[in-house]
Order: sequence, then structure tokens, then C-alpha cells
Amino acid sequence: MTTLIQAKSPIPNTGDSMNRRTLLLILLLPLLVIFAAGLGYAVLLLPEQPQYLPNLVIENMDQSGVSHPVTAVLLNFRGYDTLLELVVLLLALLAVWSLNIPAARHKAAPNEVLDTLTNLLTPVLILVTAYLLWVGAHAPGGAFQAGSVLAASAVLLLLGGWRISVKLAGLPLRIILMAGPAVFVIIAVVTLLLEGQLLKFPPAQAGQFIVIIETVATVSIGATLAALFLGARPTATSNEVANEIDGEHK
Amino acid sequence: METLTLLNWGFDILLGLGLITLALWALFCTDLFQAVVLFIAFGLLMALLWVRLDAPDVALAEAAIGAGLTGALIMAALARLQNISRNDHPDSGEKSNSKHGRLNE
Repeated sequence: MTTLIQAKSPIPNTGDSMNRRTLLLILLLPLLVIFAAGLGYAVLLLPEQPQYLPNLVIENMDQSGVSHPVTAVLLNFRGYDTLLELVVLLLALLAVWSLNIPAARHKAAPNEVLDTLTNLLTPVLILVTAYLLWVGAHAPGGAFQAGSVLAASAVLLLLGGWRISVKLAGLPLRIILMAGPAVFVIIAVVTLLLEGQLLKFPPAQAGQFIVIIETVATVSIGATLAALFLGARPTATSNEVANEIDGEHK
Repeated sequence: METLTLLNWGFDILLGLGLITLALWALFCTDLFQAVVLFIAFGLLMALLWVRLDAPDVALAEAAIGAGLTGALIMAALARLQNISRNDHPDSGEKSNSKHGRLNE
């Protein structure tokens, strides 16, 4: 294989990279076949007649504290998964921040259409966030959907040139980002002490626990996704740069 | 009732074919900007498909996160990529600007 590459190397750049790509594809093919075989094996390994889970959920709905089965599964029966999802989002943001890339310089000047649209949509989006969060208890909706709508309004604001104020960019922002997973973990510990099992809510208080977790998680998810869109870690210096750019436009 | 079922079938088949077409198009299209737009369109159609599969929860998440925010994130990444390539090769600035030209091919 190496001789092949070496033989091709004197050829001009474009042809070389093309050949390398074909070579990579050929190398990739057996890996994909192995992967497919592994997946097939895993499917064959599945138990013959698994317990029909939807029935199990419906039978236990009165203990979940909510009336929508999906929310019951996400926040009560499989709450651990949701907790880890929140942590994954946070990890993604940490990875982006640790790249230490400079703040994006938006070259497009904020224009009237964008400004008007942002002014009109931001309150509506916040209202939709609250609605999606609340409706999650008995209909499709919930923390992730609500959080992403909140993040969408933040993205609109960021596109219009808004930046988080220097005072809030440090510790307060980090507290907001951490609040979702932290409250979830605290409640997990509380349930561990009360019920002796991680995230096993007492049926009487399950509704309240879920509302608390979802509310804080919505804000955290929104902030995390918006921070991911911004890319660079908001610090005092990057803010100054943003202000300078804003100043140039005005 | 008969016509309604037929209509549903037709809609589902169109949706499925549209999704596969969009996915392949987004994968094999050489212009990155075009690929991102196709990806967002794919996400929106995917949300419709989830609704057809009676999974409104997933549909909501797909529309908000899959199509909306991921699209915005990839778009932001693309803008950064173009900035980087422009800074690295000052001569090739023309090339990276010509994406709209390539769209018309």
C-alpha cells in the first residue's frame, strides 16, 4: 500500500489527493462491512420476545407525575439517560471552548429587516418556550424542544449584533450553563437519600420534581446551544472586539 | 376512505423518495453552502416524516434542533472555514467567494 502512495507522489497535487481518496475509500470498505456485520450480529443477539415496553409505561403512568408517556419515560422512568444527555451537551460546549478560537466577526451590518424581525420574534419565541415547557407534562413538548426554541431566539439576537454583557459573561453564564445538570444531579442525590434509589421519584412529588428539572434544564439547554453557536468563549476581551465591530457599523 | 388511504400512501412515498434524494444530494454536492441548505431541507422533511410515523415529540425535536439549530451551527462553522481559508491563502480569496457562481452550474 505504501509503495502505491509513493509511486503516485510525483504526480501533481490534485491527482494525488484524488488517488488518496480512492485509496481511503477502498480501505474504508472492509471497515464498513465489519461494522455492518457487527450491527447485524447485535440485532440477531436481541432477545426473541422482548417485553412489550409501551404497555409497561402505560401501566405505570399514574406513578410518573405527568400524563404524557414520552415525558414520563424521559424524565422519570429513564431519567438517567436525560441527565447524561444534558452532560453531553455541556461537554460539547467545553470542547468548543477549549479550541480557543477567536470570536466571530460578523461582517454583515445589522440591517432593519433583521432588527425588526428580531424585535417581533424574540418575545414570541420566549412565549413558545414557556408553552412547550409547560405542555410537556401532558402533550408533545418538553425541555429539549423548549430549550432549542429559546436558543433560536438567542441566535437571532446574536445575528443582530447582541452580545452578552461583560458582567454576565463570566461566572453568571457558567452558573446558567451548569444549572440544568447540577439541579438534576442534586435531585438525583435527594431521591437517592429519600427513596434509596437514584432518580426514583416518590409518586406524590414526581410532578413537582419533573417541573423543576425541566424548567432549569430548558434555560441551560438554551444557553448552551446559543453559546455553541457563538463558538468562542465569551470573555471581556472578545466582548470588546464585538463592541468595536458594532462601533464601526454605527 | 379508499382515496384517503391512497393519498396517504402517495404522500409517504413522495416523502421517502424526497428524503433519500435530499440526503444523497447533500452528501455528493460539491458546494458546501448548498450542502448545508440541503441538510436543513432534509431536516424539515424528516420532521414531517416523524409526524407521519405518529411521533410528534421526535418531530418537534427534529424541526427545532435537527433542522433549525444544527443548520445555524453548520452555517456558522462554514463561515469560519471560509474565513480561515481566506486568511491562509490570500490569493485564493476569489475562489472561496465564487460559491454563488458554482450554484448556477
